[in-house]
Amino acid sequence: MLLQFRGESDGNYYGKQRYNGYEYAAPQNQDYGGAAAAYGALGMGHQLMGCIYRALSKLFLRRSYSSFSSHPLRVCVVGSGPAGFYTAEKMLKAHQNAEVDIVDRLPTPFGLVRSGVAPDHPETKIVTNQFSRVAHNDRFSYIGNVTLGSSISLSELRDLYHVVVLAYGAESDRAFGVPGEGLSGIHSAREFVWWYNGHPDCSNLAPDLKSSDTAVVLGQGNVALDVARLLLRPTMELATTDIASSALAALNESSIRKVYLVGRRGPVQAACTAKELREILGIKDLYIHIRNVDLLTTSSDEEEMKSSRIRRRVYELLSKAASSETSGPSPGQRELHFVFFRKPDKFVESDEKSGHVAGVQLEKTVLREDEGTGIQTAVGTGQFDELSCGLVLKSIGYKSVPVDGLPFDHHKGIVPNAMGRVLSDNAEDTIQFERGLYVSGWLKRGPTGIVATNLYCAEETVASITEDVKKGDIISTNTLARPGKNGLLHVLDNRNVKVVPFSSWEKIDNEEKRLGSLVGKPREKLRSWNELLRVAMS
Amino acid sequence: MFISKFSQLGARVVEHLTREPSISVSRSPYLYAVRHRNLQSLMQERFFSTTDKAINEGCKEKQKISVTFVGDGGEETTIKVPVGMSMLEAAHENDIELEGACEGSLACSTCHVIVMDMDYYNKLEDPTDEENDMLDLAFGLTETSRLGCQVIASPELDGLRLALPAATRNFAVDGYKPKPH
Ligand SMILES: Cc1cc2nc3c(=O)[nH]c(=O)nc-3n(C[C@H](O)[C@H](O)[C@H](O)COP(=O)(O)OP(=O)(O)OC[C@H]3O[C@@H](n4cnc5c(N)ncnc54)[C@H](O)[C@@H]3O)c2cc1C
Ligand SMILES: NC(=O)c1ccc[n+]([C@@H]2O[C@H](COP(=O)([O-])OP(=O)(O)OC[C@H]3O[C@@H](n4cnc5c(N)ncnc54)[C@H](OP(=O)(O)O)[C@@H]3O)[C@@H](O)[C@H]2O)c1
Ligand code: FES
Repeated sequence: MLLQFRGESDGNYYGKQRYNGYEYAAPQNQDYGGAAAAYGALGMGHQLMGCIYRALSKLFLRRSYSSFSSHPLRVCVVGSGPAGFYTAEKMLKAHQNAEVDIVDRLPTPFGLVRSGVAPDHPETKIVTNQFSRVAHNDRFSYIGNVTLGSSISLSELRDLYHVVVLAYGAESDRAFGVPGEGLSGIHSAREFVWWYNGHPDCSNLAPDLKSSDTAVVLGQGNVALDVARLLLRPTMELATTDIASSALAALNESSIRKVYLVGRRGPVQAACTAKELREILGIKDLYIHIRNVDLLTTSSDEEEMKSSRIRRRVYELLSKAASSETSGPSPGQRELHFVFFRKPDKFVESDEKSGHVAGVQLEKTVLREDEGTGIQTAVGTGQFDELSCGLVLKSIGYKSVPVDGLPFDHHKGIVPNAMGRVLSDNAEDTIQFERGLYVSGWLKRGPTGIVATNLYCAEETVASITEDVKKGDIISTNTLARPGKNGLLHVLDNRNVKVVPFSSWEKIDNEEKRLGSLVGKPREKLRSWNELLRVAMS
Repeated sequence: MFISKFSQLGARVVEHLTREPSISVSRSPYLYAVRHRNLQSLMQERFFSTTDKAINEGCKEKQKISVTFVGDGGEETTIKVPVGMSMLEAAHENDIELEGACEGSLACSTCHVIVMDMDYYNKLEDPTDEENDMLDLAFGLTETSRLGCQVIASPELDGLRLALPAATRNFAVDGYKPKPH
């Protein structure tokens, strides 16, 4: 299928050219359009080309300074998760002359809404309707299967577009840095989630759910609750969701009956939200254990609850669950144990199965108030106990990865920014921004927040961009014209990168829905790169 | 069924009206009232002629209440909302910018509204646990916050005023800290 791209605003004649299955209108008789074409045709280095089209655009500028504001503002957003789509939506709305392209490394859009949000949370995924409406705006293009850092570099993108907004999320994991972390049977929650959600990078994960009846989940945030719930929930209830079929089969045969949810702090500090907690506590025929002694609160805890409605409500739910606890599990009943005030000290290797995890040694902690921040942090006490298990899921947070040429705060795992404007790396004290470069979503704030958080986050970034455009910082005399999508597609075509437009994602979407309808699921996800690309290119 | 037809048609009419060059897009209550009257008369012509009598009469009986949305810049939009319709649906039918990421299924909190008058807040049924769970995560939560998709028009709510929270102003880079509640 072909995509017809919108041409420049002055209504020139556009000759059609094809790249990667896209057909787009290449502007004729325009200095900068020609530059874009030459860019691809000659396969020149981006710096050289940058010079050429900057020179040409200066020429062009002299002729048409008056039509300054009618020029398209070419915007590239990297990442098609909530942050990317909300940024695109707000940009299109705020700037009638903006043309917004989203590139994503996957052939499928929507980021963690597709690959993170649990299969039994279909309501949360309804937001993709809104994102799909954005995708059908004629000033918008989705360009899938394009990876920033390998298909195209950041400096190339910045030369091709006036504005680049990075919203590529957080695709690695925080680590404990304790001995034994590399044993088999230990996975990050991110990988486990990608596995049950059919992300093509983890479709072969094959976590061992059979050699033991116990799993330990480290961390007590919502992701920890998601993975614990997936392990404990009757598979019959999962069978009608969009869970990956391989994961459903493995969970069907799983021997895991007991899950420990381990947090380094107490029930007042548990990072989950009431909604997720209520859900897991409500699983049918589940035995729940919380030690009463862990529910005792200090005056600092009371203060914390007074100032946070979430903390108070989460604590109340945990207390209520503890008080309605029965004396013990009935035979064969599934069990969920909340373990507070414990942090892993090392992972224990199995005697029988070398290289495989057999347990976690935990150090007991107490809370100390940090004098500077007032936050209660966990401090080890030197007392240890051990939990035996055959599966460990580390759910202590995601972490963003940098790309070449991008200022990056390795400590916080984010791009240093002020309201979305990327701060330059410089030794001096002066604050300097990277012109035309912005961030949004988890890459900007760190890996926390629900889908809606990214809406407000994107609004803030777009407000910064708008301010900079008004000030003339973005489109100035030497950046008047940028080739945008046409230039990008030329470069990608030269590199033989097969891009996936939104219409091709819709083929995947239809095929997944068709396959799902055969087995009573809303969709059956295509889980391998080959399958995804085969259907997209069909 | 009726509501959905109404909304489709309504959306079309509103779209049509907003495209008219003579009608400004600024949001004065007056303009909205005018727009709304147009919408209704048009609807009666086009829709009722093709619908059976029972539905027709059902509609005439349908009571409407007046609801005012107050934007973050203080601009006011007053609309008529049929009894039984949620504030989210009503906002969307009238082009009021209220997000509704999960389309009313209580899974997003983007439809957050603030009831401006405590008396009206007290007239509403108490939020369910599920609504409170989502309100926990709403930006700029206040004592009289509710989710727009859960507030349903009823006769005693006539005159309701709802503020749309100013999201951006409440958002800090280092994470939003909700005000003690
Ligand atoms: C397991 C899990 C479950 C969750 N469940 C819920 C829930 O139920 N409800 C809720 O409200 N929130 C939920 N969240 C939170 C929500 O998903 C996030 O707040 C949100 O997705 C973050 O948006 P983002 O756009 O910053 O990142 P992401 O959604 O991660 O999007 C990043 C995008 O960038 C792409 N990308 C990455 N690297 C590159 C590259 N180099 N080049 C090009 N593209 C790249 C990725 O493919 C991806 O599409 C959940 C989060 C997780 C981890
Ligand atoms: N249904 C939903 O709405 C939903 C579902 C899934 C995810 N999400 C959202 O997605 C975001 C990410 O979720 P998340 O669970 O990955 O992150 P999170 O909420 O930040 O939780 C991280 C957990 O890991 C712990 N932790 C971090 N570092 C640790 C260390 N070194 N040692 C021991 N424990 C450590 C934290 O404890 P401390 O508090 O002690 O640091 C906390 O319990 C959250 O904002 C979440 O709300 C939402
Ligand atoms: S629209 Fe999502 S909670 Fe109301």
